[in-house]
Amino acid sequence: MPYGAFKSAVALSGATVTQQETDWSGLMIKVRDERDRAAFGALFGHFAPRVKYFLMKAGSTAPVAEDCAQDVMATVWAKAAQFDPTRASVATWIFTIARNRRIDVARRDRRPEPEELDWMGEDEPDQADVYAAAEETRALSAALSELPEKQRALIQRAYYGDLSHSEIAAETGLPLGTIKSRIRLALDKLRLKLSETS
Amino acid sequence: MMIKHHLNDELLMGYAAGILPEAFSMVAATHVSLCDDCRARLAAYEAVGGAVLEEGTAAMDAGVDACLARSVEQPARKRRQGVMPGPLVDYIGGDLSAVKWRSLGMGVRQAILPTSRSASARLLYIPAGVAVPDHGHRGMELTLVLQGAFRDSEDRFGVGDLEIAGEELQHIPVAEAGADCICLAATDAPLRFKDWMPRILQPIFRI
Repeated sequence: MPYGAFKSAVALSGATVTQQETDWSGLMIKVRDERDRAAFGALFGHFAPRVKYFLMKAGSTAPVAEDCAQDVMATVWAKAAQFDPTRASVATWIFTIARNRRIDVARRDRRPEPEELDWMGEDEPDQADVYAAAEETRALSAALSELPEKQRALIQRAYYGDLSHSEIAAETGLPLGTIKSRIRLALDKLRLKLSETS
Repeated sequence: MMIKHHLNDELLMGYAAGILPEAFSMVAATHVSLCDDCRARLAAYEAVGGAVLEEGTAAMDAGVDACLARSVEQPARKRRQGVMPGPLVDYIGGDLSAVKWRSLGMGVRQAILPTSRSASARLLYIPAGVAVPDHGHRGMELTLVLQGAFRDSEDRFGVGDLEIAGEELQHIPVAEAGADCICLAATDAPLRFKDWMPRILQPIFRI
């Protein structure tokens, strides 16, 4: 079943989709598999301003953030082959690239990466997994927006790189429990996926 | 591999957010390379980052054409070599045989790995049956087993297991009989030894 049809079926079945949202994963797959420049243009239009905002929040000046956002999106284009829509939404995947760029710019603590898994690039990704990864980011966005302002600000500061790890451990207001309950479903799905492939 | 002792939520979130000292990130990257469970939990914490990325926008000056004209470097990630997971192969510049050990006496050896100064990381080689001197910690100490196993007052730690020790833990890790124990240890403060000898040696050995 094509991804769009799957989504419609989910919507018709009365699941959580209430409005048509852009299928970023579908566009990213076109970039990955067909090197589709129009699809990349749409992704750039949405995500480049978000990456720039993220980097400015992380402490970069506007010109540096602009330059780095261009680098991040160029990396999205160059590393498209590594995008696996069953493992991460496009927003999550781009976040990891933007995070790494932020760390490079700060020139303080390197962040070594784990080994790659060998199950990249399956021929026929399960559309339910693709949908779940995208839906997870939407659910987390909704969860973030529902948090009390103080807690939400703490989460944002951590991901903008403006909170130290010892502050995370010490900060009793940090809603790790809330986050954990929200991501439990996603965790179960990811665990299942990993146990199937390893 | 049955891993019993994992990264906690603070460390996973810190690693996902990219705010850990380099030495702690090294431990996190190495544990995740060995532990599918923590790899999945890490992905969930990275999804929180994806949600944060959607929070706001700043208008771009240049467009997509300028972006496509750029070339970016992509360093390849290292693969596991023997007992050394990929992230450590990168720091060591090879497998176990490439480690430049220094003796600490009693057959115990260590090798400091180059990191930022916010925390330190070292490989420890403890012969089977040998105890590491009784020590406490001023900060946090992470110990990840790469080969063999050790026991202390808390539990048994085998390959892939991570012990997270805070200030309160005063312990004597003992390498189990069998294979010699090799660990990756990271701390954000100098260790505190009870006996005066090791304390005098501390500045020399940087432990």
